[in-house]
Amino acid sequence: MTNAQIFEEYSGKLPENLLEEIKLKVPKRISKDKLKKILDLAVEEYEQSLVEPGEAVGLIAAQSIGEPATQMTLNTKHFSGVAEMNVTLGLPRIIEVVDARKTLSTPSMNIYLKPPYDKASKEEVKNFANRIKETHLNEIATQIDVDLADQKVEITLDMDKIKALELKQTVIKKAIKKQIRGLSEKDIVFEKDKIVLKIPESLSKEQEVDPIFKIKEKIKDVVVGGIHNITQVLPVLENGEYVIKTAGSNLKAVLALDFVDPSRTITNNIFEIYDVLGIEAARQAIFNEIYSLIEQQGLNVDGRHIQLISDAMCVSGKISGITRYGIIKSKSSALSRAAFETPIRHLTEAALSGEVDEFKSVNDRVMVNGILPVGTGLVEISMDLTKLNQGGDANEE
Amino acid sequence: MVDVYLNGKFVGSTDDAQCFVEKFRSLRRSGKVDATVSISYDEVHDSVFIEADSGRVMRPLIVVKDGKPLLTDEHIKKLEKGEISWDDLIKQGIIEYLDASEEENALVAITPEDLTEKHTHLEIAPFGIFGWAGSLVPDINHSPGARMSVGAKNQKQAVGVYALNYNIRFDMDVHTLHYPQKPIFKTATEDVSGIDYHPVGQNVVVAVGTYLGYNMEDAIVINRGSIDRGFGRSHYYRVESTEELKYPGGLHDTITIPDKDVLGYRSEYDYRYLEEDGIISPEVHVAENDVLVGKVSPPRFLSAGEEYELLSEGDRESSVYLKHGEKGIVDSVIITESSEGNKMVKIKIRDLKIPEIGDKFISRHGQKGVVGLIVDPEDMPFTESGIVPDIIFSHNSLPSRMTFSHMIEMIAGKVGALNGRFVDGTPFESESEFDLRKELQELGFRENGVETMYNPVTGEMYKVTIFIGSMYYLRLKHLVSNKIQARARGPVQILTRQPTEGRSREGGLRLGEMEKDAFVAHGAAMVLKERFSSDNTTIPVCENCGNIAVYDVIKDRAYCPVCGDKSNVVFVQTSYAFKLFLDELKSMQILPRLGLDKKV
Repeated sequence: MTNAQIFEEYSGKLPENLLEEIKLKVPKRISKDKLKKILDLAVEEYEQSLVEPGEAVGLIAAQSIGEPATQMTLNTKHFSGVAEMNVTLGLPRIIEVVDARKTLSTPSMNIYLKPPYDKASKEEVKNFANRIKETHLNEIATQIDVDLADQKVEITLDMDKIKALELKQTVIKKAIKKQIRGLSEKDIVFEKDKIVLKIPESLSKEQEVDPIFKIKEKIKDVVVGGIHNITQVLPVLENGEYVIKTAGSNLKAVLALDFVDPSRTITNNIFEIYDVLGIEAARQAIFNEIYSLIEQQGLNVDGRHIQLISDAMCVSGKISGITRYGIIKSKSSALSRAAFETPIRHLTEAALSGEVDEFKSVNDRVMVNGILPVGTGLVEISMDLTKLNQGGDANEE
Repeated sequence: MVDVYLNGKFVGSTDDAQCFVEKFRSLRRSGKVDATVSISYDEVHDSVFIEADSGRVMRPLIVVKDGKPLLTDEHIKKLEKGEISWDDLIKQGIIEYLDASEEENALVAITPEDLTEKHTHLEIAPFGIFGWAGSLVPDINHSPGARMSVGAKNQKQAVGVYALNYNIRFDMDVHTLHYPQKPIFKTATEDVSGIDYHPVGQNVVVAVGTYLGYNMEDAIVINRGSIDRGFGRSHYYRVESTEELKYPGGLHDTITIPDKDVLGYRSEYDYRYLEEDGIISPEVHVAENDVLVGKVSPPRFLSAGEEYELLSEGDRESSVYLKHGEKGIVDSVIITESSEGNKMVKIKIRDLKIPEIGDKFISRHGQKGVVGLIVDPEDMPFTESGIVPDIIFSHNSLPSRMTFSHMIEMIAGKVGALNGRFVDGTPFESESEFDLRKELQELGFRENGVETMYNPVTGEMYKVTIFIGSMYYLRLKHLVSNKIQARARGPVQILTRQPTEGRSREGGLRLGEMEKDAFVAHGAAMVLKERFSSDNTTIPVCENCGNIAVYDVIKDRAYCPVCGDKSNVVFVQTSYAFKLFLDELKSMQILPRLGLDKKV
């Protein structure tokens, strides 16, 4: 028997990648006996590390994350984030991820650049970054005047800035038209370094207050360039290339940019990942977020606990947080739901729809002082009564 | 313009805030404004705050002008002669009180040498920065600040003589130490504060080392001989009181020995110590359930009297008795009148508390510990001169906490004890460690405080020398005998039928939600079921309709009030809490029905 054959023999007992690892690490000229011994030991170790039937994996995952989380609240050391960028970290952020909040306290992105742009100089990257950053009209304007007599708003533009941001007249025009109601294209006229807005009479008649002042204020906030929602950009040198860190997130729009590397660019907004890349990506994103958060605090939690949580949050095909509106809602037992939060609401709703509780979950069994369906409580003895009779009557003897 | 606020209310504004504040302060220093009124200019809010409210913590400082303190040697001489007093200094504006917000405007020098033109105040003494309680810790400038906080905090919990008239006072929950001693190593605060007149600890010989591991994790090993000679002995006093309350309708409580027909009559045995007036006499040894004052109260609901005549015909028993786990000797009894004019009885019970395993002790340096073992004196290691330590303190408590002051005290205490003198340990101004070591050497000991010691069991010399010295130890009021709690069986709550909570109610220790989780995580389902069976009950359930049925004990028959004769009642084992939950569901108009499986 060759060594290859021995490996073949164990292929069912050990997972492929483990076998491969042993193959690589074992010396080339190893005796068959020794190899067998090693493999037997590996099998023993492997089988010992398997989760046994009836192990409360969910609860252990919860404990494994919950225990370090209590330390995180006590560790009041403040990590002020990467280079001036304010990012929520630690326990508040974990809660945010696990609850699957739709609006984040600090949404942010890490934008990587595609080759050849990844070798770009700092100046060039800054330029890219500024193109990503949401630009409001008042940032490129030097002056905004109101002409009451002619019902006009005159915006004096900073042409150097416009050049730097590579903004085109048509784009600005479109943006204004889109974001301010009641203005048609012919009302927006470019004059050298000025935009003149003519307020149509239809607008002035509609409202009692002169709409021109309203428009003057509104026009300042018109987004003329960059990507919506990205309010801050900061190029940071990481591992020899520039990464653009942002405050604010818009994955879909950023991925569409030609200089962005779509395979590495990432956001911390799980819902955006779900919308753009799908549930599997979202699942991985949840895992990555929680794992890195715990790691940053210098704590050590086995990744499989976090995998279980991210799996549980994504099984339904949608992201559901560990809240009474998310995962808990999908519990079949009304009593379990009532035990989590807002018991009265859950109980009345269950009563209205005439729910039946099977008393199969751990929570329910605790309530009625039953045997919990975990560990030793999971197994039941079954007996073949026909065979019992074959043994004869004990009293006969 | 800068806004001015008085006690948080806007009162006006000023053009020159600095000038205004300075003028106000000079008015205060000249005695035209009360000394406890503070004024401060807040740069952040650009406003002036004048505070005269109560509740502000203030501290006295010497006023400095042009880099020179206003307090001169002349003042000090006059003070020593008694010609002027502290109040005079305040009236003259030499010393003033600052509150926290005014401190923000001040630059305080710690010593006169530090003074510059910029300084506005000078500390009266450098150790003033530690505060009143903090400066009771000797040489604390050699230890981390956190230790000072712990040490100062714990000194407040120390057992001492809290008031010299404790014998005639009726204070609740107080301790008095039997043989209080002044510390050998003491600070100036000790003299100033008057704590010398009612000290809170005792000077003991402490050796640093181990004793069979009984002093690990901050425990201490104590010499039984020291305890027998009175170390740490204290009395614990508690007061029970009752009052003859008056009720509408001319009814009132009566303090007497209750009649046997009184509702809730205890037992003759429980009333055995009561005298004719229904009150216990002094110097009686009492234990739990013994009645101190016999009392009967009128029935609770008068209007319902007719309806429940059988139940509430007579009076209720409402005696004062010792609760679970309490014992002691009746120290004194007083009969007096309450503010409403009712007859009131107060009974003080004293209990001798001898140090035992689990009692808490502390040095003044935040090195607290619990007694781990009490060792007979013959089993204690001894030195060449035959000195046996009172306490063996673990060396493992030292490196991580860095309490150098603790170790200095051991040397200082040793020098003081051997030379028969007090050693000054005032922070920053204490006798130098170098001199103390030199003095110790002159006394014939090793200058680092270390001594050769002998194994008490074999008589052999220990291969290492052991650091041994004298220091001040305090007994804290946390005594095990007032805290110990255990239960196997006992009373249950009426509503849930679960065990009661709390030591005084002979309660259990709750196996809570997180503890439950630990059992589940181990897969120990059967153990968990057993532990949750404290309120286990069997309830009759009608298989027909799923409602809870009725069990008639007299007829020994179970029936369902809904289904009547057709009912088929089975008995189901569950927790009483679940039965209660089903009842509560019904109270919110939800009818829960139990569907039963055949399988048992």
